[in-house]
Amino acid sequence: MYEFKYHRPSTVRQAANLLIKNEDAKLIAGGHTLVPVMKQRLAAPPHIIDLSHIEGVDGIEMKGRSLVIGALAKHAAVAASPIVGEAIPALAELAGLIGDPAVRHKGTIGGSLANNDPTADYPAAVMALGATITTNKRKLKPEEFFQGLFTTALEADEIITKVSFPVPKKAAYIKFRNQASRYALVGVFVARLPSGVRVTVTGAGSDGVFRVEEFEAALQKRFSPKALDGLTVPAEGLNSDLHGSAEYRAHLIGVLAKRAVEAANNRA
Amino acid sequence: MTVSPRNGTRTKRVHMAKISMIVNGNPVTGNIDPRTLLVQFLRENLRLTGTHVGCDTSQCGACVVHLDGKAVKSCTTLAVMADGHEVKTIEGLAADGAPLHPMQEAFREHHGLQCGFCTPGMIMTAVDLVHRKGHDLSDHLIREELEGNLCRCTGYQNIVASIAAGAKAMAKSDLA
Repeated sequence: MYEFKYHRPSTVRQAANLLIKNEDAKLIAGGHTLVPVMKQRLAAPPHIIDLSHIEGVDGIEMKGRSLVIGALAKHAAVAASPIVGEAIPALAELAGLIGDPAVRHKGTIGGSLANNDPTADYPAAVMALGATITTNKRKLKPEEFFQGLFTTALEADEIITKVSFPVPKKAAYIKFRNQASRYALVGVFVARLPSGVRVTVTGAGSDGVFRVEEFEAALQKRFSPKALDGLTVPAEGLNSDLHGSAEYRAHLIGVLAKRAVEAANNRA
Repeated sequence: MTVSPRNGTRTKRVHMAKISMIVNGNPVTGNIDPRTLLVQFLRENLRLTGTHVGCDTSQCGACVVHLDGKAVKSCTTLAVMADGHEVKTIEGLAADGAPLHPMQEAFREHHGLQCGFCTPGMIMTAVDLVHRKGHDLSDHLIREELEGNLCRCTGYQNIVASIAAGAKAMAKSDLA
């Protein structure tokens, strides 16, 4: 790891000011992506701004008809929260599938979204549920926020503060894990909202999370695994690596989407 | 800029960070380079070498310690981020000379180790698991929860048996 100067703000505003003052500074929350890449010297930020001592940004609560999760909420807290379990059980399950127990004690929802790893789990939920990402400057919809591989709409001095999830009528997340890394080889999130059905895929797309509109249209007519019979996703644009070819991932998307619809129906 | 006494080259001054935390019940302080990992601080500054570095990539779990009572991988935690917090390592489970912690005793009794390298992390993970899920643990749950701890000797069978027995024994023990 290369040297860096360490900063510890106690408010989001202080953190944003530190971002403006220090070029190429990086925010750290749980550190379970940033520390490994710094150790590998793939990242060498001259300044590290530690958000983990900022208070009041890790809450989990219902506000009206939305579930609001603070950016510093740990995966373990989301997985174990009775509020999340009651409102969006699929989201609690998703959080419980990230990494391993020790990783879940450190990793945060804000960190995961800001990193936008193409195999991360949270982006699938955020996009499927049409969640709103609130920063210190504005509110963003998932379609604006996620901009491709490890890329988001976040500006240099912008920090995620919370995520608001509309509560779906039904939802489920099915993840096919890479056996070694536990990252999603493919993960499919299906949500039936008052505004319509959404199907999102993580792990497979070379540009990160994406929606499968053909599946959504079919499920809109009939929310049943059978509605997806005969429908496929083209392998073009999907990742191909030693863990699985693009064709294999395309096939998995269809299989997992059906399982997700079934799981969503069984839960209700 | 300062001149290195060793080879005369100019190097930038490192911004040191003062930290203090409670480790195994004792207050400790350090003046460290901020890039020091928690596991390095524990092993090299405090000489608590029971916590191991296995993969150094947050996968194997040999470095698991408790931070504010929760299992974390100390190879992926900066020591500065633990400033002001409480850390427990394998050395802190039972006092020197006192009987072993029930989870340690269960690993001894059920032969839950061969080479022993992964054992401190296994035990710290197991104790955290009992804190979260109680004393009656199914083999399936234990195997799921050991996702982040790798053992290259035992094939896990005896580790799972040790944790199930240790979890029950912890119900009757004063040691947390």
